[in-house]
Amino acid sequence: MSKRLGQQTVAFAQPPVILSTASVVGPEEGRGPLGQYFDVVKQDRLLGQKSWELAEKLLCEEACDVAIKKVGKTPGEVDFFLAGDLLNQIITANFSAQTLGVPFLGLFGACSTLAEGLALGAMLLDGGFASCVLTACASHHDTAERQYRYPTELGVQRPPTSQWTVTGAGAVLLGLAGPGPRLTHATVGKVISMGLKDPSDLGSAMAPAAAETIWQHLQDTGRLPSDYDLIATGDLGAVGHPICARLLKERGVAMGENFVDCGLLIYDRNRQRVDAGGSGCGCSAVVFASYLVPRMVAGEIRRLLLVPTGALFSPTSWKQGLEIPAVAHAVAVEMPA
Amino acid sequence: MAQGKSPQQAYQETARSMQPRRPVFRNAVLAFLVGGTICALAQLFLSYLLGRGLPQKEALAATSGFMIFWGALLTGLGVYDIIGRVGGMGAALPITGFANSMVASALEFKREGYVLGVGAKLFTVAGPVIVYGLVSAVAVVLLRLLVTGRP
Repeated sequence: MSKRLGQQTVAFAQPPVILSTASVVGPEEGRGPLGQYFDVVKQDRLLGQKSWELAEKLLCEEACDVAIKKVGKTPGEVDFFLAGDLLNQIITANFSAQTLGVPFLGLFGACSTLAEGLALGAMLLDGGFASCVLTACASHHDTAERQYRYPTELGVQRPPTSQWTVTGAGAVLLGLAGPGPRLTHATVGKVISMGLKDPSDLGSAMAPAAAETIWQHLQDTGRLPSDYDLIATGDLGAVGHPICARLLKERGVAMGENFVDCGLLIYDRNRQRVDAGGSGCGCSAVVFASYLVPRMVAGEIRRLLLVPTGALFSPTSWKQGLEIPAVAHAVAVEMPA
Repeated sequence: MAQGKSPQQAYQETARSMQPRRPVFRNAVLAFLVGGTICALAQLFLSYLLGRGLPQKEALAATSGFMIFWGALLTGLGVYDIIGRVGGMGAALPITGFANSMVASALEFKREGYVLGVGAKLFTVAGPVIVYGLVSAVAVVLLRLLVTGRP
């Protein structure tokens, strides 16, 4: 019996349950419109550590710790840890996995990592390979700037298309049974590139991938945008999000008021200096963990489609003049009736 | 060549048309004000030194040193990146911007040690300025030698 739907979607026979979620964020995120929702808000970005990278590791570890403890479990009861981040060789995930001591599968999906973790985690559970899976991802403004762009004290002017990498880590604990929201479907995206090369305008580079995955998901499941209370992209931002809506409209899919973007939810662009909005894998992770899932549990959102996108380039590839390909994965989450 | 646009070209045009426009005029004005202020301050210092009787060459060197000092200090204090955000090229172009690029790199990579971090990465941002500045200087001198017979 196939669990596949259409071209790129899988439907879980026994939809895995979200047992708990947790987020740990930096000060800027705490000052944003969702500040009150996050589990832990740190007061600075260095956290008393010797480097930004060690601070990012701390965020990830703490998010995992909070998520596991929320349901009274221990790391020993977790079968798999699926995690990723934006740094070279995903060191944050690697070192967090070492601390956690759970069998580890490292992921790289850039800013789409959360959906990748949720999709794979759900497959492990529904496939009978695990009874408890933890997935997490983290990003940090300064580690991202340092790796992809410039030293943090350099006086550069950021163009209006650039985005602000979220300093934050989100963790989601999945299991086989419970009262929480369920992962019903996952649509795994293909890598799409329309030839964009500017790393300070990732919204434009990623929008086609998001549009493609959303369209394919709707095709495969036979659903309409209105079947979802909310369809949330990860970090397309103020530039990419309207482009994505327009691309879908050109294919005959009209997105409505329920089409939002985590990068636009997490910051107040009028008050905070974040240009086109939030980005980073931590963006969709913390917004999903502490804003979207709790609203589902509270009954405000019944059915959600989360579609984070990742820009799959490296500092080397863009310096060599290569284009920026992107991927988007969609995960459908639903509260039981 | 009635081929029409490729999907990629069509998309790029769509994306470009939907991008927010850069406030070029405002940026130019701010660059002028910030860069102008920095240069004016340097000029004031230079005039002061010359007025106190320092010879031209020494006064110029001292002024450069003075401005580099301020660029470095303000970078260390975390102020120069704010000046750069506002002033753009007005903050990057003067010698203070050069100092900022080196100090910012030094601060950032100190975490990787003094040899592989600071030592190796000190010129990551400033490197091209030095390389192409020297290369063009040599090229100009060679040209002058060829044309006038004198280096």
